[in-house]
Amino acid sequence: MAGSNPNAKPMNLTLKVWRQKNRQTQGNIVDYQVRDISPDMSFLEMLDVLNEDLLRKGEEPVAFDHDCREGICGSCNLFINGRAHGPEPGTTTCQLHMRKFSDGDTITIEPWRAEAFPVNKDLSVDRSAFDRIIQAGGYVSVNTGGVPDANEIPIPKSIADQAFDAATCIGCGACVAACKNASAMLFVSAKVSQLALLPQGQVERKTRVENMIAQMDKEGFGACTNIGSCAAECPVGISLENIAILNREFLAAKATSNNLA
Amino acid sequence: MNLDAKIPEGPLAEKWDKHKFNVKLVNPANKRKYDVIVVGTGLAGASAAASLAELGYNVKAFSFHDSPRRAHSIAAQGGINAAKNYQNDGDSVHRLFYDTIKGGDYRAREANVYRLAQVSVNIIDQCVAQGVPFAREYGGLLANRSFGGAQVSRTFYARGQTGQQLLLGAYSALSRQIAYGKVKMYNRTEMLDLVIVDGQARGIITRNLITGEIQQHAAHAVVLATGGYGNVFYLSTNAKYSNATAAWRAHKKGALFANPCFTQIHPTCIPVSGDYQSKLTLMSESLRNDGRVWVPKTVEMAERLRRNEIHVNDIKEEDRDYFLERKYPAFGNLVPRDVASRNAKMMCDEGRGVGASGLAVFLDFSEIIKRIGADGVSQKYGNLFAMYEKITDEDPYKQPMRIYPAVHYTMGGLWVDYNLQTTVPGLYATGECNFSDHGANRLGASALMQGLADGYFVIPYTIGDYLAQTPPKPVTTEHPAFKEAEANVRAQIQKLMSINGTRTPDDFHKALGHIMWEYCGMARTAEGLQHAKQEIQKLRKAFWSDLKVVGVNEELNQTLEKAARVADFLELGELMVDDAYNRNESCGGHFREEYQTPEGEALRDDEHYAYVAAWEWRGENQPEVLHKENLVFENVKLTQRSYK
Repeated sequence: MAGSNPNAKPMNLTLKVWRQKNRQTQGNIVDYQVRDISPDMSFLEMLDVLNEDLLRKGEEPVAFDHDCREGICGSCNLFINGRAHGPEPGTTTCQLHMRKFSDGDTITIEPWRAEAFPVNKDLSVDRSAFDRIIQAGGYVSVNTGGVPDANEIPIPKSIADQAFDAATCIGCGACVAACKNASAMLFVSAKVSQLALLPQGQVERKTRVENMIAQMDKEGFGACTNIGSCAAECPVGISLENIAILNREFLAAKATSNNLA
Repeated sequence: MNLDAKIPEGPLAEKWDKHKFNVKLVNPANKRKYDVIVVGTGLAGASAAASLAELGYNVKAFSFHDSPRRAHSIAAQGGINAAKNYQNDGDSVHRLFYDTIKGGDYRAREANVYRLAQVSVNIIDQCVAQGVPFAREYGGLLANRSFGGAQVSRTFYARGQTGQQLLLGAYSALSRQIAYGKVKMYNRTEMLDLVIVDGQARGIITRNLITGEIQQHAAHAVVLATGGYGNVFYLSTNAKYSNATAAWRAHKKGALFANPCFTQIHPTCIPVSGDYQSKLTLMSESLRNDGRVWVPKTVEMAERLRRNEIHVNDIKEEDRDYFLERKYPAFGNLVPRDVASRNAKMMCDEGRGVGASGLAVFLDFSEIIKRIGADGVSQKYGNLFAMYEKITDEDPYKQPMRIYPAVHYTMGGLWVDYNLQTTVPGLYATGECNFSDHGANRLGASALMQGLADGYFVIPYTIGDYLAQTPPKPVTTEHPAFKEAEANVRAQIQKLMSINGTRTPDDFHKALGHIMWEYCGMARTAEGLQHAKQEIQKLRKAFWSDLKVVGVNEELNQTLEKAARVADFLELGELMVDDAYNRNESCGGHFREEYQTPEGEALRDDEHYAYVAAWEWRGENQPEVLHKENLVFENVKLTQRSYK
């Protein structure tokens, strides 16, 4: 049982952590030792231990983003030993537990690396580019009120399920961090697929994909070269199929563009 | 102070329609002359900001997250209630109203709750129109499931991620208004004070969390949608950043705080595993549709289990006590949260708890797995099962989950009238931030409903009534009240940074959480509460003399942020204890050991306590003053809640 595993010996670890004062300054890797880490701790709880220790010594704690610690808010975003969200597939950093590491390990912790995600401080980055892509068209243009009864829009279960799978994207940015081109195609494709699949999304189907792609390019994300690291590292399993859908949607929209602007 | 709830006259079912006709309107051309501040972008805030912007108001929205999409509403799992009666199983607006009033143990306002039930049906329509992918049946229509405290299936859901999908819907509506320029969005910006000019809320003071810049923002009205205060307990199912600072500082500027002791302890959370624990994780109430709660029949067997001498799967059917099914045959495992939590605690107090600490009970899925197979169960609850396994390293498909109650939601909050206006004119509170709809206990799947009801369908009407009576003159930050509020904020930051003691903000926060859980948690006594009050006062004193914060204000400083929030928790915690001490009865989530039925159920005292306790701040280290709003029940009969 967790917390009572007789084999769960505490671990001592070496951490190599990216420290950077702010966006304007250069950063570097700093080594820290943490001791008596329980295998049942989450990765972020291990960093809490480090930070409490630093603070007591009068040193500045390591800044990192996190909030729900349940794998759903998409805040946490650590690049651990060269992998977005660390070694365990299908897992956000907050849901990664120390039992995946061994006593004596050296762990390298860096922020997401992408031009479109500048570093705020240490491990915290600015992902507002994602918000601006959604603002470019990631919605159905309905105002509050005056909508039809929910059951007047029947949707086949298989389509609803597929749309749901795309809609589960948590916007963490691991896809960008994992991609050698820092492409945001998986993120964009998740929203485009969700709304292209559903009847509610049909009216703005073409303008949406054109506008979101244009914004994505403007933000400085790289191109997609179909490597698939994004989907491999996505903590919620957004499928590469969505990028195929996105490409198809974009081509179809361009071929018969409604976007007169 | 006269607490006027401004409940409209007339029969219950007609109040809201009549009120909507009676409220004053702002004509479309004038709406653009009004600025509204919305603090918080969860369900209640994002829906309000988007809807107000759609109407034509200029909205400034604030979030301390890096994106509005990260608000803690996103973590809500199980579902959202609505009186659609799509299942033809006897649901109606009146039944949802009745279930909510009863579930809240008769400590909520009838008129507010009825309106909530009425607009619940519009919420589902709105979300579907936005493209929210709710679960569906093979015929293409929407699916439902049941939740605690109800005997109908009225909960709409999107697997175990309903909050995420609803929030992303509201976020998309908000994003659209940001793109139109009708909402100006301030991310990573925290509200640190409310500004009052001539008795009206006229703005806020904020801190940019990246640069430390302190800013003044003016508006004709301010809406707080800043969530609950469950993190007073340190360990809760709330997100790490969830805090009470905006609401508490508004309280210190004159907004009364209602029923602070009404906190919800959720029965099904993953138990604590060690001192390093930073938060608790909920396992959705929807699991109680199919999971059966039990403990071993004997203390002896529970002890052997705790010592790992036997395995849970070795315990025979006849040696298991399905205590909720045994005690509450009518509702079984689907009793309301307060009842389920209290019973789990009773089992552990009897020595029949499981897990290493003995502070857990089982939630068993073997029967449903036998019935529909592991694949079928994964379809329904896959993400929850996976999360459980990641955290505990145990496979719930092979052995029962271990669960224990944890702080989850706060029914108390800023006092608001029927219009959701606080006692400060022009200051509104929506969602979990207010106290209005859940009485002493919230039913499952009703938080999402309330947040979206307030934001999409209530505040757009009621705030118009206030603005229509406010001259459409531009507002500025020139009034000295802004300067004064900013100076106070700066002084507090300076003070926090200069103590230079030895204890960290988390250290104080944990100590406070321990006091609150021990004495103001699932069971409370007059004696314990008095003790807690003294302990909190001592801790607060220590905080202001021995706190350690490093770094500077002018950059991202997460320790400083935390310190300011803990300072507010240390004051709010004492008020919660005062409120719990004042309420000499048990109701819903407030269980005073002195007041219980012979069967151990909550024993209300309707004659003396059928009121809302609204507290007024009187200054640092001064006792707060109690104001009472008497609750009048004209449409339901107050009875001892029974789920047997």
